[in-house]
Amino acid sequence: MDQVLLYVLTAAALFGIGVYGLLVQTHLLRRILAVNVIGNAVFLLLIAWAVRDGQPPDPVPHAMVLTGIVIAVSATAFALALLRRYHRDTGCVSLEGREDEGG
Amino acid sequence: MTGAVWAIFWPLLVALADYLFHGRGRGAWLAIGAAGTVVSLVVLTGAVVADGVLVHPLGGWAAPLGIELYADGLALLMLWLTAVVMLAVVPYALAWFGDQARARYYWPMWWLLWSSLNGLFLSADLFNLYVMLELVTLAAVPMVALAGKAEALRASLLYLLFALLGSLAWLLGVALLYAGAGTLHLHGLPALAGEPYAALAAGLMTAGLFAKAALFPLHAWLPPAHGNAPAPVSAILSALVVKAAVYLVLRVWLWGFPDLLGPLAGQVLGVIGGAAMVLGSIWAFRQTRLKQVIAYSTVAQLGYLLLIFPLAASFAAWQGVVYHGLAHGVAKAALFLAAGNIMIVVGHDRLAEMRELGSVLAPSLFAFGLAAVSLMGLPPAGGFVAKWLLVQGALEGGQWFWALLVMASGLLAAAYLFRVMRIFVRHAAAPGEGARGAHRLGPALNLPPLLLALAAVGLGLGAEPLLDLLSIAEGGP
Repeated sequence: MDQVLLYVLTAAALFGIGVYGLLVQTHLLRRILAVNVIGNAVFLLLIAWAVRDGQPPDPVPHAMVLTGIVIAVSATAFALALLRRYHRDTGCVSLEGREDEGG
Repeated sequence: MTGAVWAIFWPLLVALADYLFHGRGRGAWLAIGAAGTVVSLVVLTGAVVADGVLVHPLGGWAAPLGIELYADGLALLMLWLTAVVMLAVVPYALAWFGDQARARYYWPMWWLLWSSLNGLFLSADLFNLYVMLELVTLAAVPMVALAGKAEALRASLLYLLFALLGSLAWLLGVALLYAGAGTLHLHGLPALAGEPYAALAAGLMTAGLFAKAALFPLHAWLPPAHGNAPAPVSAILSALVVKAAVYLVLRVWLWGFPDLLGPLAGQVLGVIGGAAMVLGSIWAFRQTRLKQVIAYSTVAQLGYLLLIFPLAASFAAWQGVVYHGLAHGVAKAALFLAAGNIMIVVGHDRLAEMRELGSVLAPSLFAFGLAAVSLMGLPPAGGFVAKWLLVQGALEGGQWFWALLVMASGLLAAAYLFRVMRIFVRHAAAPGEGARGAHRLGPALNLPPLLLALAAVGLGLGAEPLLDLLSIAEGGP
């Protein structure tokens, strides 16, 4: 099978898994991880499409992904810090107010 | 052109300085930062008015590898709206946060937000816009969390999840466009009609922006976030942050792919906007807390901005939409700041228990009333000019349905605002009464809402020169 197609299909599957996780899971840690899975799907897609037949790959998507990773790390760090504070103050791990179950 | 660069980097440097110096000499940093940013904007405005649309490749690197800054009349109006609201909030926030530990986090975030908003309005590069959208989010969400209560933390987590999903949807759309069209330049996209990827990319980018802008039906995060944030933060968020995302919806459709915007897509977007106007107003009417009324009012007012899509053929409608954005920005900031003063004096914002609105609140209630006049669209306020132009645009194109909607929506706004003001009037204390307690609102808390409300009314008197700026544009409506 065409290599690019394989990567694109993988990215599509990851994107689907991420969106499903974000919508269905209620534990906030899982939701934050789901956002990261979606982000990685988009990054994979950008890298896969940077291929050019017989030529060195297009550098622009690589630069975009590097920047995107920095943003994803910062956003995740902030989300985790916010979640810790929320958990400490309320004892909840979900937006619906579910109590932490032995976590 | 240096103006455009410094309008982004000057506030960013001051954000770092304020953080590194632990807030020592904050007054000096505020003065230096504000003066530098305003001078940059003045220089930039002078250049654009003199030479027309301005394009500046950062560091001399041309696209596609470099990033271009782009300034036209619309960008200038948004930059100045940002400057006016941000600066009006300064004395209020100084008084609100005082020397608390929270001030140490508020001010760097505030500077970062100004910097990234300026960057967003000055970008025409799809990926750079993604970076700016994320920066705006990462500056805005912590400011909501600054309220510190459990409700505020919950609201900011919900806001963050919506915003992150929104920006990833935008990025996926950008990836599709780059793979298909081979360019990231918003103004360099080829005609996309008929391309199989184009509709998908446009849909993803629009959905992402809807989530960021809390446009109906992705508005669920806005009322808790704006309702629970500290008052100066609510003002900035409602006036500027959501509007930045709506601004991008307009930019992307009207500049990026105007050929995709057929009659069908235009009417669909218009109907979504109309639904937001009607439902948002009804929800606002049913709220029991003052700040929630104002927050739902934002959901309703943002709907107006989508009316440009069914009316895109009319320049009057375009002027009306932009003017509505400006008038709503200053009026909504005034409403939130006035509501903050009411909460300081009364101690809560539950409408049913509003009693003894002492005479110390008179300036705040007056500001609330003036801003409400603009939101309802009564003459001579800025909101009236905006609605007038929108109705004119709708009638020009024979689309009287949209004209009726604009007028009906003004009545709905009057309904929920008069419901609140009726409570104010019934429970206002006579002069001298109700002044017990230590609550004294200084000019730092009283003047900003008053000035913003006066600006909202004043916009109706000086519309001509501002609207003329819109003709400095390449492409677009």
